[in-house]
Amino acid sequence: MSDGPRIAVVTFPGTNDDDDAALALELLGAEPVRVWHAETALPGGTAGVVLPGGFSYGDYLRCGAIARFAPVMEPVGTFAASGGPVLGICNGFQILCEAGLLPGVLRQNRQEQFICADVTITVESTSSAFASAWELGQELVIPIKHGEGNWYGDAELVAALEARGQIAFRYAEDVNGAVGRVAGVTNEAGNVLGLMPHPEHAVDSLLGPTGGVAVLEGLLDAARLPVAR
Amino acid sequence: MKATVLIRPKEGILDPQGEAVGEALRTLGYAVTSARVGRLVDVDLETDDPAEAEAALAAMSRDLLANPMIESFTIEFEERT
Repeated sequence: MSDGPRIAVVTFPGTNDDDDAALALELLGAEPVRVWHAETALPGGTAGVVLPGGFSYGDYLRCGAIARFAPVMEPVGTFAASGGPVLGICNGFQILCEAGLLPGVLRQNRQEQFICADVTITVESTSSAFASAWELGQELVIPIKHGEGNWYGDAELVAALEARGQIAFRYAEDVNGAVGRVAGVTNEAGNVLGLMPHPEHAVDSLLGPTGGVAVLEGLLDAARLPVAR
Repeated sequence: MKATVLIRPKEGILDPQGEAVGEALRTLGYAVTSARVGRLVDVDLETDDPAEAEAALAAMSRDLLANPMIESFTIEFEERT
């Protein structure tokens, strides 16, 4: 048994990166606990939450639009409101945006194609709870695989996010048309992070780049912080 | 009563699907300046009161059917016979 922080990994119908997320967290010394979307409470002792990637509810209507109403999102919202760290990856990011826990929205990629590639992202802010070990400008190579990763916020929102240090990551190069090349954002309090790249697929050099380690360790660092819950 | 909610990408919002459709139409020789792709949701409501229905449809459009950041919606009622 791991004595690392207990991280709830949520599975919605259509989620498909939950296994990898749990494996990666375990590899990094955390104690992943699987949580089904119909649960109305998080497991006791939960210190962090991951909403993994996939195609929750078939991406019907808009990506993440229906998952937002899943029963588990109520305790996740409460957990986030009390300062608990929540990480949304890809579809998890889309869900957090639709739920209003993160700013902006993910649209269809500019090129109208599903993209699957290793990309370089840069750390744009170190003000969030996840960033204690990150350095500004630090480059991380992490795969993306999405059809709707084209982040959008209007000019006013983007300016506000930049001023508050809520742009967590940018793509080094434009990959999907995202406004400002934004790859990941945090909430204002800095305890909810969403990103399109998949850190859980980038933790083992045997399988490719390992840029995901810093992101997931950021979650574990945040989960170890004492917060009022 | 029956109604249709039409959801459109807001003006100025990038619509890659619409651009692709427009391009395809031009390729086919149609004189198309632009095309935008939205979606429609047919809703059958329990109520027969138009005001109540309209209020409910507006609420459900804001709650779920459209994302107000990037989409607008209009509500159309089926002609009563």
